[in-house]
Amino acid sequence: MPQGTHVTSTSMTHTLAAEHPVRSSGIALRRAVMGFVYTIPTIIFIVVLFLTPLVLVVKMSLSKWGLLTGDQGYNFPQNYLLISRNQLFWPAVWFTIEYTVIVTILLIGIGLGLALLVQTATRWASVLRTAFLLPVSLGLAAASLLAYGFYSPNIGPISPPLEAIGLIHDPIAFLGTSLAALLSTTFLIVWKYAGFYMLVLVVGLQGISEDLYEAAELDGASAWQIFRHLTLPLLRPSLSLATILCITGSLLAFDQFFILTKGAPDNTTVTAVQVIYREAFQRQNLGTAAALSIMVLLVLIIINALQFRFLRGAKD
Amino acid sequence: MSVDQPTTLGRTPYYVLTGGLAIIFLFPLLWSVLASVSPQAGTAQTHGFGFGNYVTMFQFGPGLPTVTFNSVVISALTVGLTLIISTLGGYAFARFKFWGRDALFLLTLSILMVPYATLLIPLYVLLNMVGLANSLVGVSLMIAMYQLPFATYMMRISFEAIPRDLEESALIDGCGTFGVLWRIMMPAVTPGLVTVGLFAFLAAWNDFFAPLILLTDPTKQPLPVAIANMRQQTMGVINYGATEAGVVVMGIPCVILFLLLQRYYVRGFMSGAIKG
Repeated sequence: MPQGTHVTSTSMTHTLAAEHPVRSSGIALRRAVMGFVYTIPTIIFIVVLFLTPLVLVVKMSLSKWGLLTGDQGYNFPQNYLLISRNQLFWPAVWFTIEYTVIVTILLIGIGLGLALLVQTATRWASVLRTAFLLPVSLGLAAASLLAYGFYSPNIGPISPPLEAIGLIHDPIAFLGTSLAALLSTTFLIVWKYAGFYMLVLVVGLQGISEDLYEAAELDGASAWQIFRHLTLPLLRPSLSLATILCITGSLLAFDQFFILTKGAPDNTTVTAVQVIYREAFQRQNLGTAAALSIMVLLVLIIINALQFRFLRGAKD
Repeated sequence: MSVDQPTTLGRTPYYVLTGGLAIIFLFPLLWSVLASVSPQAGTAQTHGFGFGNYVTMFQFGPGLPTVTFNSVVISALTVGLTLIISTLGGYAFARFKFWGRDALFLLTLSILMVPYATLLIPLYVLLNMVGLANSLVGVSLMIAMYQLPFATYMMRISFEAIPRDLEESALIDGCGTFGVLWRIMMPAVTPGLVTVGLFAFLAAWNDFFAPLILLTDPTKQPLPVAIANMRQQTMGVINYGATEAGVVVMGIPCVILFLLLQRYYVRGFMSGAIKG
């Protein structure tokens, strides 16, 4: 996880008690108790709202559990076997991966481009940063509803004007086909999140020392050479962080497709999390929904572990 | 890179490119405001510009005041809970040594690894069991829990940045640890609190998935869920104008807060707390 954690925990070995050895034992104990007391709200939250549901979702995945009927006893491995027989499952897995790949490539590429454009400390650059960041502050559901009107043949700013001037005769079906819906949703997500990834990468760019750039320029390196051989390698931790955030976020896509397409046309734009939602609340089978949730969780843990090793490797 | 070019003339392509990009990013936001007040057949705003679509929202379902009230309650509870828990937790993690501290901190961060969707279904069952079905409190608890990794990390590094001399002299003067926290430390961690509060507000105000699953009673739903429903249920005809009015109502607090507090938002990224 965060590299910062390692740095901070070493700096904390100097406790107050250690600096006052004479009164140390009593004070250290009192402070240990107080420290523990201050974390009690955190512990309650984690136990009640995180660990308990985590245990329950495992139990549910092993049980016949209807939305209205509740727990009807263990049926392992029935729920897991049912997953692959669900007609929506494999198309949804494939669609989610397709969506994740496209969105990640575009968001990291565009985020990096924007970061390079706004990294200077000028007024104009800060105006630009604000402009690119504004869509980030909007909620995903609000942005999706905005796009729903934006892509509509009734009030959208693209289709109706083109029709009015006679360039096209039928409205553009932005969500009409599977591919169109995928690209339109991707456009929405890139618009909404590009500023977020820009900011992650700007932080990385600002961590690169000015001296290195000056030295490279003195050596006669071109702008491209500097970017390729200096900026890009030193930006690798930030790029890797941005990539993992983008991959995990996209694999869990829900709101945007739930609002924009509802899976249309013909259930070709159903994502993994939408399958979980439908299992639970339309087919009312919480057992299979829980089994699907566990699968998604495992995939995310694997991706995070890979990324952790990748980051470690980069540092060695 | 064009940034090195000294003359204004040489920088013209940079201004044209970046200015164009800024317009592309801002255009959809401006368009939604315009669309919400523009005339459109089949909506309450058929002739000329005006606020007919906003009137529609006042009358739809439980009505805009109820729905906005739900959003405000969820946001306020989430922000309050997140601030209290992460301040106490961050202080403990930064300044105290106790058994299990590092394990507890890692456990807090590990919340980020578990997707929302995985926990929502068992939470739906649990909240039903304890009588918190259709409760704004239940939704707030869930959203606040997901804020804890970022918030606790942020508050921990905020407390760690305070010089130790400050609290040591207060401790020697006979101030208890809570007195030190309240009187000496709190003023120094205010920027961290603003950052944590801003992230918690944006998360709570905008959350769609948790209220969609946990709140089935229409009179309990917050803005995002209510407006997504409003769009579909107007007699089978989609009311795009009212939908965009809803987007504006949802978006305005976020945009205003963001413009006022942008540097606190950026702090959240600078701190390294986004990692994890």
